Amino acid sequence: MKISITKIIIFSAVIFVLIIFWQGLKKDKNYDTKSLIGSKISNFNLMEINNVDQYISEEDLKKNKYTLINFFASWCAPCRIEHEYLLNLSNKYQQIKIIGINFKDKKNNANSFLKELGNPYDFVGKDADGKISILFGIYGIPESILVNDELTVIKKIVGPINQIQFEDILKITK
Amino acid sequence: MKVKILFFIISFSFSGHLFSDDSQTKLLEIYKNLRCLVCQGQSIADSNSDFAATIKLVVQDQVQEGKTKDEIYSFLISKYGEWIVYQPTLSKNNFLLWILPYVVFFLGGFLIFFISRKNKQNKTN
Amino acid sequence: MLSNIGISLVVLVLILSFLIIYTASIDLKISGQNIKGKIYKLSLYQITFTILSFFTLIIGFINSDFSLINVYENSHTTKPLFYKIAGTWGNHEGSLLLWVNILVIFSYLFLVFNYTHDKKFRLYTLIFQNILILGFLIFLLINSNPFNSIYPIPVEGLGLNPILQDPALAIHPPLLYVGFVGCSIYFSAAMASLLSGYDGKLFARSIKTWVKISWCFQTLGIIVGSIWAYYELGWGGFWFWDPVENASLLPWFAITALMHSLLVLEKRNTLYFWVIILCLSTFILSVTGTFLVRSGILNSVHTFASDPSRGIYILFFLSIMILSSLTIFFLKYKKENYNFTLKSRETFILVNNWFMVFFLVTVLIGMLYPIFLDVLTNVKISVGPPFFNIVIIPLVVPFMVLMAIGPKFGWVKSKDKIFYKVLFLILGAIVINLFIIYFFGTYSLLSNLIFIAAIFLILHSFLDIKKFIKNKRNTELARIISHLGFGLLVFFIGINHQFSLEEDFNLKVGETKKTYNYKINFNNIKIKENKNYKAVIGNFKLTNLNNNLVQYLNPEIRIYSNPETLTYEAAIKTKITSDLYLTMSNVSRSDYYNIKFQNKPFMVWIWISALMIALGGFIQLSFKKNEN
Repeated sequence: MKISITKIIIFSAVIFVLIIFWQGLKKDKNYDTKSLIGSKISNFNLMEINNVDQYISEEDLKKNKYTLINFFASWCAPCRIEHEYLLNLSNKYQQIKIIGINFKDKKNNANSFLKELGNPYDFVGKDADGKISILFGIYGIPESILVNDELTVIKKIVGPINQIQFEDILKITK
Repeated sequence: MKVKILFFIISFSFSGHLFSDDSQTKLLEIYKNLRCLVCQGQSIADSNSDFAATIKLVVQDQVQEGKTKDEIYSFLISKYGEWIVYQPTLSKNNFLLWILPYVVFFLGGFLIFFISRKNKQNKTN
Repeated sequence: MLSNIGISLVVLVLILSFLIIYTASIDLKISGQNIKGKIYKLSLYQITFTILSFFTLIIGFINSDFSLINVYENSHTTKPLFYKIAGTWGNHEGSLLLWVNILVIFSYLFLVFNYTHDKKFRLYTLIFQNILILGFLIFLLINSNPFNSIYPIPVEGLGLNPILQDPALAIHPPLLYVGFVGCSIYFSAAMASLLSGYDGKLFARSIKTWVKISWCFQTLGIIVGSIWAYYELGWGGFWFWDPVENASLLPWFAITALMHSLLVLEKRNTLYFWVIILCLSTFILSVTGTFLVRSGILNSVHTFASDPSRGIYILFFLSIMILSSLTIFFLKYKKENYNFTLKSRETFILVNNWFMVFFLVTVLIGMLYPIFLDVLTNVKISVGPPFFNIVIIPLVVPFMVLMAIGPKFGWVKSKDKIFYKVLFLILGAIVINLFIIYFFGTYSLLSNLIFIAAIFLILHSFLDIKKFIKNKRNTELARIISHLGFGLLVFFIGINHQFSLEEDFNLKVGETKKTYNYKINFNNIKIKENKNYKAVIGNFKLTNLNNNLVQYLNPEIRIYSNPETLTYEAAIKTKITSDLYLTMSNVSRSDYYNIKFQNKPFMVWIWISALMIALGGFIQLSFKKNEN
């Protein structure tokens, strides 16, 4: 076989493609929005769930060193599981303010939920039709975002907060 | 033969779809280009998930505000990443994607051209 | 017990494959044109045991024998018999056994039917095919064994996915596999031809029938899959450029190109190495497609339960296939002489190949690019229908024009009278297009070109049919029907796409919605308990405000218990002129239902045209005895 440059190129290309396939197998094909870490949140106006005159916006959050924004609902079972971690965070650490956003829920149900399990939130916002969740890049409930005082997203937790993530939040916000 | 074809087509013209609703068309086009993040390979148009329903509401609002399709896509990309649109953007990353097929096409064309050119030369020799 | 029978049979086939390779290698050195009888016998045993093993698995499903893990995971005692049987190949392991069956069946048939061909060529083909068989058998035994047993034996199975309980979907995999896997035989034959230095014309003749068979079944398999998707999946579409769909399309482009190139190779004994490349590429593409779809590397609606270990093995197998075929090809490649002019049929067939390769490469790039980008830069993007449509559709325009005029050219060279006929028909096509605009409404420039090109192809085909009726030259009929089918397919897809009416809205029971020229009454909701699911049936009254025609549509939400799944059944009224399509899904925590309404003109003609394309192929097959 004549060894020509074309043959070498073709062989190399084939081997390159096969290696990519092999590496591709190791990648997670499920998409999560972790790539959004580092982006800023902005342009929102949250109405308080029980008080139509009370609002919170980005200026208010910039006053906090860290803010944890947690999307929850009374009909969401995993939200109950993570609630204890939220309570923990609210009790112990003044560095973090916790904002709860009540997603596609009824005011009375949300209030009962918080009465029953405890209220870890410094502010409970209302998102009756879910549109506000889109502003925060949310796609599942429960979901939480940790931002700093520049409103940059430092951490994204899709699904209920577990022990590892809880400790991670503590570490970051020390 | 051609008359028969024309008759065929004319007789089916009584279906009344002469007027289309432009905003619905625009909405559906956008829904079809958005990917449902919680589904296994479905568009927002096809998905029955909660997430899809929410996205539809947001898109409807923005269309009513008069935003263009590109503005809506940019907004959603800024929130969810490029993965959410089915049509890859024309960025530095995706440049190769759009160009390569045409490169292959032109290469193929040249090849065929050269082969038949070579034959002409062989014939004249 | 079935487990032991099944595994024993599979191991027997494995041993037989080894024996066949061994005896064939020895027989290679013996001169003469007769293959040793022993090889025929071994092949006969091989095909017998392979088919028996498949029947063993089917019996396992029919009897709901849950001692087999495969039956346990994919079946249920309450499944109707037909779907119990279909469950055999509706899962990864079972379908792999089907692959092996088809590999072996084609191996045997090729051996037996090609008795007029050179001995060395046939033996090498047998050897390579059996190497492929070995590869798949080892994969089956080590990683995906349908005969693995479970103890204690479960009382009930986990059930078959309800979406798969459909007649079209039951036959769709076997049809496709005859296509996908059937091309293995000409992969092996190509390797054999290279090694034995077989004559081009004779090689073409030896694989011709197999190429046509695999093409017909691949085409039919894809069409049936699309019909199923349309009627069952509830989104009103039939092609989503989903990875699994693309995986079936890649070999189709290659087989189509190959089928056309074989004409040149057989008639003029040229393009030999290009045909070899196509033969090798087709099966390589099949296995690549299998890899992409079953390894879990891609996200898709249709993926089987994915498993990275499968991926590693298939990748390994694929790598060996590609690198070995590439090596042998380079070793044996010689420069060829092409002697045909620009205005000849050979050139037009090359042009067909050129377009086929373009379409193939586009789909391949679309599928692979996200993987490459993710591995190299960690950025995840989606490449979906808009990409494929934007890149491919504009080029379908010249493709159809060339499809119409290509067959008019003679071999080697042609006269110029063709030009005037072409001009006349293009004008005719433009006129018809204007009529469509006049009666139905305007559309984009690209759509205009698509319609003109499609009508041009259709008119050409009609004229060809007229000529055929006069001359009765059999060899042309198949081509005319397939090309006409293609023109009609593009035409009706264009009409359907341009003039479909769609609306997506939310409605409560008792409410009415007016959309386009229809009034839709949401009458009521009924709940019905079926054998293995509960159905929530919506009753809708649709009134066509133009002619006051009333129709009732009943979309359903089905709640299955084994396994727990939710499906949405569309209500479709298919007529010759259009389809009415309605799906309903409930909006969580609300009284509202999300309704998707579609009116799709000439939808059924899309299926008819597509089937026409396949029909042409089957006509070609039936004529094979008349040709000489």
